[in-house]
Amino acid sequence: MSKTINLTLKVWRQKDALSPGRLETYEARDIDTDMSFLEMLDSVNEELQQKGQEPIAFDHDCHEGICGSCGAMVNGQAHGPVREMTLCQLHMRHFQDGDTLVVEPWRARAFPIIKDLVVDRSAFDRIIGAGGYVSVRAGSAPEAHSVPVRKIDADKAFEAAICIGCGACVAACPNASAMLFVSAKVSHLALLPQGQPERQRRVLDMVSQMDREKFGNCTNHYECEAACPKGIQVANIARMNRDFLSAALTEEEGKGGRIV
Amino acid sequence: MGLDAKVPGGPIAKKWARHQFELKLINAANKRKYTILVVGTGLAGASAAASLSELGYKVKAFCIHDSPRRAHSIAAQGGINAAKSYPNDGDSVHRLFYDTIKGGDYRSREANVYRLAELSVRIIDHCVAQGVPFAREYGGLLDNRSFGGAQVSRTFYARGQTGQQLLIGAYGALMKEVNRGGVEMLPRREMLELVVIDGKARGIVCRNLITGKLESHAADAVVLATGGYGNAFYLSTNAKACNVTSIWRAHRKGAFLANPCYTQIHPTCIPVLGNYQSKLTLMSESLRNDGRIWVPKKAGDGRPPQEIPEEDRDYYLERKYPSFGNLVPRDVASRNAKNICDAGHGVGPTGMAVHLDFRDAIERLGKKRIAARYGNLFDMYRKIVDEDPYETPMMIYPAVHYTMGGLWVDYNLMSNLPGLHVLGEANFSDHGANRLGASALMQGLADGYFVIPYTIGHYLATTPMEKADASHPAFRAAEQEVRGRLGRLLSLRGGRTVDSFHRELGLLLWNNCGMARSKKSLEDALRRIPALREEFWGNAVVLGDGESFNQALEKAGRVADFLEFSELLVRDALHREESCGGHFREEHQTEEGEAKRDDAHFCYVAAWECAGPDKAPVLHKEPLEFEAVHLSQRSYK
Repeated sequence: MSKTINLTLKVWRQKDALSPGRLETYEARDIDTDMSFLEMLDSVNEELQQKGQEPIAFDHDCHEGICGSCGAMVNGQAHGPVREMTLCQLHMRHFQDGDTLVVEPWRARAFPIIKDLVVDRSAFDRIIGAGGYVSVRAGSAPEAHSVPVRKIDADKAFEAAICIGCGACVAACPNASAMLFVSAKVSHLALLPQGQPERQRRVLDMVSQMDREKFGNCTNHYECEAACPKGIQVANIARMNRDFLSAALTEEEGKGGRIV
Repeated sequence: MGLDAKVPGGPIAKKWARHQFELKLINAANKRKYTILVVGTGLAGASAAASLSELGYKVKAFCIHDSPRRAHSIAAQGGINAAKSYPNDGDSVHRLFYDTIKGGDYRSREANVYRLAELSVRIIDHCVAQGVPFAREYGGLLDNRSFGGAQVSRTFYARGQTGQQLLIGAYGALMKEVNRGGVEMLPRREMLELVVIDGKARGIVCRNLITGKLESHAADAVVLATGGYGNAFYLSTNAKACNVTSIWRAHRKGAFLANPCYTQIHPTCIPVLGNYQSKLTLMSESLRNDGRIWVPKKAGDGRPPQEIPEEDRDYYLERKYPSFGNLVPRDVASRNAKNICDAGHGVGPTGMAVHLDFRDAIERLGKKRIAARYGNLFDMYRKIVDEDPYETPMMIYPAVHYTMGGLWVDYNLMSNLPGLHVLGEANFSDHGANRLGASALMQGLADGYFVIPYTIGHYLATTPMEKADASHPAFRAAEQEVRGRLGRLLSLRGGRTVDSFHRELGLLLWNNCGMARSKKSLEDALRRIPALREEFWGNAVVLGDGESFNQALEKAGRVADFLEFSELLVRDALHREESCGGHFREEHQTEEGEAKRDDAHFCYVAAWECAGPDKAPVLHKEPLEFEAVHLSQRSYK
């Protein structure tokens, strides 16, 4: 059953990328425990605006855990304390009356802060641009049933393809590594027959773009898997490492950094 | 001004093939001399931008989010229709066409719908080639399921997140072209004005949402794919950024808005829980495949649902519509839920909900198979409502979901304003007065991958145009207009937040122009909307400045446009003295309470022209002619 609770928020406020930021304290009063975390922020923002103060900026859109827009560190945990849940799906019933919540943006060199809790995740787009697709032109595809796909492969590809690109894996990693994100896309396409022609080139180009974006390296902390709201597994990283090694040793064409 | 839909001649099944041959082409080497702006990068926009770039056009793509992968298409759950007829159950292009026309209650343009059905099969081929992980059977071939308004299984799906997987496919195609240099991607941009030169759409003015700077972009043609206007109702299943601004701005610049009163209220959403709620959550229509909808027979029966025995349950859809049962179209399912709740049989804390029960399906198929089909939806429900749908029946209630109305377009998907093309939910074209489930994804991708690449070339090849870049005075004038509007918004320092105005507008529309509308309720709305708008411009509060990232300013601009647009929506609903699909006028119903059309007087598309601020809009009619299907009263009994 729903009830109301009172919370103390310490929220990171930062005007823009170049200004210094700081934690500001706000009281969140009479918060219905059926509210989502974002609705709780809405209610704090309503009050701030009525007092003539600028609302807290945060990215959000679908409120259904699928668009990947939202995300913040809540008491040091990406998307808050509940496993496999985005911030928009995190309901206030998971908190106690009187709790103090420290709310910060994703922290990573590759994700510069735009304002308050909003960060620039365009590095992810550039990594996808480097090869996270099958190069097929509209109009050129063969009949869908001309290539059967084993159900087990289709299911595994799906499990990797459900990444929402929120960036929680990077934020949770002590090295700010993007290996879980990159490996999810590499795995999605490596597991399907349609992804085979570009498989080697894809992993090499995506990894080299990842390095250029200044993400850190993976040292097997597995914090990414724990923070991922979609339950994407680190097994994908192992698959990507295998593909990368074999591609780096055998690949003949393509661009980007190579270990030779 | 007459509306020429430019529908090609000949029998319906040959029209598109004939048209493709008649369309003028642009030689491959000349395509790079043309610049096309694509505004919005959901399924329709991303697929259009990618395909146009693949052909060699210079494309600039704009999105309101930080990345094209965030567009609201991503939230589509259930699936995408295609007339592949893999299950061998009697489907065909003609049947998909027929079901879509009938589902739309005979208020869509036949030729467009036929083309949509025809192209549906190529979409599946293309998406599979992109690596979209559709559900498969053990033999390695694609699985299908059935959806509302159809008696065949023609829906392709990727668990409960088909939209996500299709959008990631289109986003990948777009990023491929960005990487190749064919598309310049401009994220975090909001289009705030359309620029018309010499009667043709030649560019846009947008605001860079990070720096606040206004940017002018000139082009040879503009494609709008900016989605629907369901958020006029405040509470809807739409994502928060969905808005009417781009199509409203285009309307103000001369583009006709068609059938704005056709809004879809989706039957299976999580009910409203409290007044703090920022949006509603859809539970995919696919759940109606296995879930059974019921309410207690006795009004006010307070027992927990598990304790209500079979004989005390009313499976009202199965009772009233034996041949379609729980799979009636959305408008019929929604209206019935409303009626049964209004009669006091509703469940849950507010009494505004009905049960969607999986008990029988779990008994028949086992929990594991149900989880494989709907696992993510059940999880989502549990996260929001805090109840386990494997044990306790879901509670659902209708909510605003999709808008069939939009900018008027001809067969080439071009509006009456030359050069302005409109795709996906932003146009009015294919769904008539009610959209069938799993048809939105189909339309967005058909428009983007397979229609606009053909038709836009014809426009460019046959339209002489003066040279115009962003230094043209029309851009200065448009920037000036935008700057003035933003300045007025930023000067608002009243006592009410923008959200509170939006909530009030939404509730007003929901009560007066929602699942049921009457002359009285609509006239009341027409009195109250201008008053609310006036209060907004006097008493709203918009903080911060225009030269930086300012979400309060963004929101205020969108709500200001909703406050103007809503009046047109209500006016359209008032003028349409009939019931059809999602537009249910209480004065016009059959004895059984079904929608009663008036084909003699209203078998047309209502396309509204903006006559200027504070002037009544002008109605233009595009008569709908049916050659391939016979107009009849819909029956799902």
